[in-house]
Amino acid sequence: MKPLPPLDPIASSALERLKHNYILQAWLVLMLALFFGASLAVVHLRLGPRIEQNKANETRHRIPEIILGSARAEDPARQERALTSSARTISVKKQGRELLYTVYEARHPEGNLAGWVAKAAGQGYADKVELLIGFSPSVDAITGIFVLDQKETPGLGNKITTVDWRSQFAEIKTAQPVEVIKSGAKRPNQIDAITGATISSRSVTRIVNTTVEDLRGPLAALARNAKD
Amino acid sequence: MPVAPTPAERFIQGILPENPVYRQLLGLCPTLAVTNGLKAALTMAGAVAFVLFCANIVTSMIRHLLKPHLRIVIFTLIIATFVTITDRFLAAYMYNMSKTLGPYIPLIIVNCIIICRCEVCASRQSMFTAAADALGQAGGFALALASIAAVREVLGTGQLFGIQVLPTVWPNWIIMILPPGAFMTLGLLLGAVNWIQLRRSEKAGQTSE
Repeated sequence: MKPLPPLDPIASSALERLKHNYILQAWLVLMLALFFGASLAVVHLRLGPRIEQNKANETRHRIPEIILGSARAEDPARQERALTSSARTISVKKQGRELLYTVYEARHPEGNLAGWVAKAAGQGYADKVELLIGFSPSVDAITGIFVLDQKETPGLGNKITTVDWRSQFAEIKTAQPVEVIKSGAKRPNQIDAITGATISSRSVTRIVNTTVEDLRGPLAALARNAKD
Repeated sequence: MPVAPTPAERFIQGILPENPVYRQLLGLCPTLAVTNGLKAALTMAGAVAFVLFCANIVTSMIRHLLKPHLRIVIFTLIIATFVTITDRFLAAYMYNMSKTLGPYIPLIIVNCIIICRCEVCASRQSMFTAAADALGQAGGFALALASIAAVREVLGTGQLFGIQVLPTVWPNWIIMILPPGAFMTLGLLLGAVNWIQLRRSEKAGQTSE
């Protein structure tokens, strides 16, 4: 086998010209990218905690509605007897990975358990969908869901946020998974898909089913402990 | 060689003669998407105004350093930075509005009005002219969004800024706050503006003869 002939050295002038050109051409883009990146980091550091606070406030604000249903949560007689909630983190081991769920424990003013609200997220049609899912104290039924964040198609997929659609999840038993039907849901664990947004509907339902599967055991155990 | 417009001309042109929506047909995505209420429309107009103003000034500042084949990258970089700042600001201080506008705030990055102004004016003229141009165009955009949103909100809900203005017997034309209402309103207003413009230019033609 003949050795490969050595490559011709690149003429130094050409190399220099190349290097010179690239740096010269891109220096403004690079400098601006660095400068803007740094300023965005500063903006994020300043505003980030506030945005997180806004989200947390919204979550807390939604808890009564998710657990009691919107009609009862808006009942003025109940307003004074507002639910109190405390957050905790529950870790679930699944397929060798540890999943962390934020769960809010809601209590009546008298101190007895009103229900649980879990924060869950999953892939939607366009982007991540973030949900709040409410459970009855013994975790045998879903009390309601709320969409915290979504970027589904406006006019179609974003209908997952409407009360009409969400209210289908209320009072579904957790014993069997929720099923999505194109239209005309009959059985108690079935819900109607949004017309033109079957994928978004299925995504939400899948997130709900996964959360139920993961949390039913741990939450029921917590509820039993609380009673003892 | 044509003379470059002065700051005052740039400002005036943006409001009506070169209105970004009615005359240039730019930025139609937010125009159609967020005009079902005046509040959302004006917030969007404000966000665009801020991004346009800042982007025009920065672009004008560095206009002598721009390379023809790298300018679009730089415009996009500048615009994306200011849009991200706006998006975070809204999420921090106007959380509910930020949720209402949803993806349309990040989408300002690809709003043609801003890149068009960077290209047409800011990358060629002084900072002062670029600022006047940004104010004019942003004013024109706000005017267009507000006019469409006012028509849609009044006919669709009988309200303006969420306050009831029509008698409650008014049957709310729900279609006006749905996407088809946006297309119909834009089409009709666009036709009206062009018709008025045509009438005026015809009159001007007659008097000059």
